[in-house]
Amino acid sequence: MNQSRLLSVLVENKPGVLNRVASAVRRRGFNIDSLSVGPTDDGSVSRMTIAVHVGHQQAEQATKQLAKLIDVITIDDVTEQRVVAHEILLIRMHAPLSQRRHVLDIVDIYRGRVVDIASESMIIEVTGSTEKIDNFIDLMRPFGIKELGRSGAVALVRGDDARLRLVDFDPPHDEQAVIPPAGDRTGSVDMTGNV
Amino acid sequence: MIHAHTDEETAPEPRVLTGAEIVFECLLAEGVTTIFGYPGGANLPLYQHLPRYPGLHHVLVRHEQGGAHAADGYARSRPGAVGVVFATSGPGALNMVTGLATAYADSVPVVAITGQVAITAVGTDAFQESDVIGSTMSVTKHSYLVTRVEDIAPTMREAFHVARSGRPGPVLIDIPKDLQQARTELRLSDEPVRLRSFPAPPMPDDMKLRRIAQLIDEAARPVMLIGRGVIISQAEQAVIDLVERANIPVGWTLLGTGAFPVRHPLALQMVGFMGAGYTNLAVCDADLLIMVGMRCDDRVTTRLDSFAPRVEHIVHIDIDPAEIGKNVVPHVSVVADARKALTALLPLVKPKREHHWLTRIDQWKEEHPVRFVSNNGLLQPQEVLIEMYARCHDEAIVLADVGLNQIWAALWFDYAKPGRFLNSGGTGTMGFAFPASMGAKLSNPGKTVFCVSGEGGFVMNMQEMATMVEENIDVNVLILNNSSLGMVRQFQDDFYGGIRSAVDLTFTPNFVKLGEAFGMKAMTTDRREDVAPMLDEALAHRGPVLMNFDIDRDANVYPIVPLGKGMLDFVEAS
Repeated sequence: MNQSRLLSVLVENKPGVLNRVASAVRRRGFNIDSLSVGPTDDGSVSRMTIAVHVGHQQAEQATKQLAKLIDVITIDDVTEQRVVAHEILLIRMHAPLSQRRHVLDIVDIYRGRVVDIASESMIIEVTGSTEKIDNFIDLMRPFGIKELGRSGAVALVRGDDARLRLVDFDPPHDEQAVIPPAGDRTGSVDMTGNV
Repeated sequence: MIHAHTDEETAPEPRVLTGAEIVFECLLAEGVTTIFGYPGGANLPLYQHLPRYPGLHHVLVRHEQGGAHAADGYARSRPGAVGVVFATSGPGALNMVTGLATAYADSVPVVAITGQVAITAVGTDAFQESDVIGSTMSVTKHSYLVTRVEDIAPTMREAFHVARSGRPGPVLIDIPKDLQQARTELRLSDEPVRLRSFPAPPMPDDMKLRRIAQLIDEAARPVMLIGRGVIISQAEQAVIDLVERANIPVGWTLLGTGAFPVRHPLALQMVGFMGAGYTNLAVCDADLLIMVGMRCDDRVTTRLDSFAPRVEHIVHIDIDPAEIGKNVVPHVSVVADARKALTALLPLVKPKREHHWLTRIDQWKEEHPVRFVSNNGLLQPQEVLIEMYARCHDEAIVLADVGLNQIWAALWFDYAKPGRFLNSGGTGTMGFAFPASMGAKLSNPGKTVFCVSGEGGFVMNMQEMATMVEENIDVNVLILNNSSLGMVRQFQDDFYGGIRSAVDLTFTPNFVKLGEAFGMKAMTTDRREDVAPMLDEALAHRGPVLMNFDIDRDANVYPIVPLGKGMLDFVEAS
């Protein structure tokens, strides 16, 4: 079943790397839901966080193809790990005096803040998970959204020892990936074990 | 003043050279002796300095696509060799795209060096400017746009490392013209290249090898399939040692042809879409399938759900983790170099005899031989190939183009030991074989080279006849001429309602006149009795020879699995 997978990628900070990463995803026919790129504490390394809407096996294939790129240092599918994955939303609301209070109540609940205000509108900033942002936007809709922009998620794995690890493409245990009987193999592959 | 002298003597002052000269110094440092290339505006500085490097033999090809294929053939024909090709910016570089894609699909180490417009003009749509990096990104393993003259030497070193390491592939370096002319100190490093993003392939996991050995021991009907990875890692002998120990029959992919001795008692044949019936039967009855150094693509599996239906365990050994589980999910996988994996596996495998299974396979070999039917008196392509292979003495390098000629040449390849059969298996690039054969001969001057082609594919890169003649490259070209685009014609006849559309090549040139116009020795025949003397005459001739064989226009490839059908639905010659 398709779901949004979150890939956390450390890449060389060089021209054209974004192009290579995006091309490798495109070539497999996957659509990127969101992608964010930014520097890390090491100036020669950038972090990309890519959300792709694909099945598990496709994500595995995309991950392996990305790992092959010479400019990709490490890549990890963090979808099933304990991660903090946040994005930022900037939204310009139709907010005349009459409804400004109602808007601000919701902004408070979402721990957002007003970053610009004018007589008929204001810009609100909210950060959080993709789901939280989606919900916030739904709540804003009745008041009149003038425009909005989202950053796409940036993700880090939780915990003291969490480091981005290279995906183990050749894990030690086998045999769980039992091949389904013939005729049932196309498109439905048991991915619980090794590939 | 005195103190300065000794220092200078021990550490000579670095030489200040142009970027172009640094390119050549780096090529020499990488052991390169041969460059295929074509000059133009943006690589003129390279060509200005080229004559001062007599250690580098530059072959002036007549089209950049020919250059890329020649560099491919140069590398493909000799494991360890890297092919080098030069082209200018814009059209020159873009003409190489198909050649790079061909090398990429078949994992051939090629380094392409393209001239680019001056760095100051990059991005301005200057004359003969194109986005070469962007255009070749999906057909190269990696590519570099050099932006500082100081970067040329380290980039060249890294490019060769990337091209030849792990799963090999083509790498492109785009060097702006002004950087070829700029000067800097030559600093050649002899430190091994280490890239944090390109680690060495892992060593095979011992636990997994033990599991594989156990599976081999327990299997009643094992089959091994091998691909080009076995040739790249030079694992041919390791395969022989292993399968002889456990008596495992071996089949191969199109690109794996030549990796295993065809006349070995454990040899099956090519597998899949146009593979031998008995190989497909063995794969479909096997309880253990061991795939080594192959991608398991759709030409191997045919319809995926028909592939190896009785298999209980699939083992996949490949150096590229992205190939594991891409099409067929294995039960045990090993990401490693094929030779290292098989060599480590050998002592773990118990010697074994499997009479019952091998007897059944021998029966299939008798019931479903690879054969052709000749009952119309016309020259059959296989008759030509049998005569050619009789003159190979298990040593000659044979190249095949794409189409019927390719499959015939693969199925009739008959060496008693591992040998070289080169073709564009992944991209299926028509026009590959002829320019690639020129690279293969230059890479292996001591070996006989045969180039098998259809007339359609030959015409696609026939301009390289001029190069062949100029360099007097001793390649024996066999055109199997059926006056049509034969494989497409067969598909139209069999799978597309019998409507022949745009496949008639009656208006191909007179190849004898054409060859002679280029200065090639050229011969033609449509008679069986001429084939042997013509081949003998060609072999006796020192220099390129063009042989045209007018064959039965309706000769087809058999066996073949009809499009959309499964492995066991193969249709045989009748």
